[in-house]
Amino acid sequence: MKKVLTTPISNEDIESLKAGDVVYLDGLLVTCRDVGHRRLIELGRELPVDLHGLAIFHAGPIVAKDGDGWKMISIGPTTSMRMERFEKDFIEQTGVKLIIGKGGMGADTAEACKKHKAVHAVFPGGCAVLAAVEVEEIERVEWLDLGMPEALWVSRVKEFGPLIISIDAQGNNLFEANKAGFNAKKGPIIEEISRQVRFIK
Amino acid sequence: MDKREAQRSLTDIMARFTGYVGKRLPQDVLDKLAQLREGEQSPLSRVVYDSMFENLEAADRLDRPCCQDTGVIQYFITAGASFPLLGELREILGDAVREATREAPLRHNAVETFVEKNTGDNTGTRVPWIEWDIVPGDGATIEVYMAGGGCSLPGAAKVLMPAAGYEGIVQFVFDVITSYGVNACPPLLVGVGVSTSVETAAMLSKKAILRPIGTRHPNPQAAEMELLLEKGLNEVGLGPQGLSGNSTVLGVHIESSARHPSTIGVGVSVGCWAHRRGTIRIAPDLSYEILSHKEAVL
Repeated sequence: MKKVLTTPISNEDIESLKAGDVVYLDGLLVTCRDVGHRRLIELGRELPVDLHGLAIFHAGPIVAKDGDGWKMISIGPTTSMRMERFEKDFIEQTGVKLIIGKGGMGADTAEACKKHKAVHAVFPGGCAVLAAVEVEEIERVEWLDLGMPEALWVSRVKEFGPLIISIDAQGNNLFEANKAGFNAKKGPIIEEISRQVRFIK
Repeated sequence: MDKREAQRSLTDIMARFTGYVGKRLPQDVLDKLAQLREGEQSPLSRVVYDSMFENLEAADRLDRPCCQDTGVIQYFITAGASFPLLGELREILGDAVREATREAPLRHNAVETFVEKNTGDNTGTRVPWIEWDIVPGDGATIEVYMAGGGCSLPGAAKVLMPAAGYEGIVQFVFDVITSYGVNACPPLLVGVGVSTSVETAAMLSKKAILRPIGTRHPNPQAAEMELLLEKGLNEVGLGPQGLSGNSTVLGVHIESSARHPSTIGVGVSVGCWAHRRGTIRIAPDLSYEILSHKEAVL
């Protein structure tokens, strides 16, 4: 059975999640990426959306005008690591519970997830139409002056996922663990290939 | 058809083809993904591969870009010196991008550098980016490439000393892929350029990922090195989306040039699993053949 989180997400819900779990989301999802983070943390500007208990999506969508409103055409995750510099402070200042993106995030984000009961999850990268059809409606958009990819798109989503938990509130970090494994394997493989490509003699 | 009409007609073809490339992957990429999917059994790998194929089906059914990041459009042109619209091609491709941005639609990705303003139509200074190769003849072959930011971020080039040897190239490729590959939406197509300096190696690495998957470098040692890198990177096992698994790459392609004896320039370019590449051949009468997507009807 699908495990579904609903916004506002409680601390209990967050604490029940483990790195590697697959979950889905019902409720409000707000796109926020590089410049949104920079404006809040570096420039001290107030976010135009109250994110307490909500989810953000590191994503820049393709949207189309639909009457007076907007329609989601294509929306997939972007590289979360780009936001690593800001995410710890972002979690602390906004009360966001679920951060969705792709790839892993670093130690600072993991620390903030543990301290403030939040998680980071991966939506499979490149699966942007799949994500778009899980958006019921775009409720509003803020900071449209930043352009389509960087604006804050506030969407109501239904069974949005799959979301693979990559950092849980116990501080487990799936990608950091994987990376250690990759690096451990790398050395002997490079050595073996190098032996076979000594073309300069 | 007078020249004005011809220009209009080619703009229209290129606008539709550019939009099409953003929606459907070329057959060689689809075949390779299907093969890699078979090789992955872990529950998380299956969740990811299922999502990928569901997504491609939905993109096809709803006629939408399969990945939201439709990139800053690049065209690689191999043009006959007597192709009738040679002098107009830059303008044609700029107009085609504007049209595709509206019609496909494509995400607005062109941010004017230093002005730091999104132009809103995917064109801007030197964008769409165009690479030219002028050859004898009167036709033109145009490659459209659409890469998201995620798979452009690992891109790197440097110049090694000859003492580093081809072993230095291997180390460089592995360092790039294991450090930055997880964020680039694996399984990845890895392009390696081997040449004299950063710009020549970097450009060749990009050309390498425009080759159909699994094609081999004509030099047997280079072809062997492609296979060794492919096998080795797969053994590292990034898996789909870097969640770990039995494979890392769609393939490794090397392109090379003769080089200066004192330097080994090496470049790495990475294509994501949603490798959006399209090849169209235009005849002098503007009839065309789509080489990358046999099923395509524009």
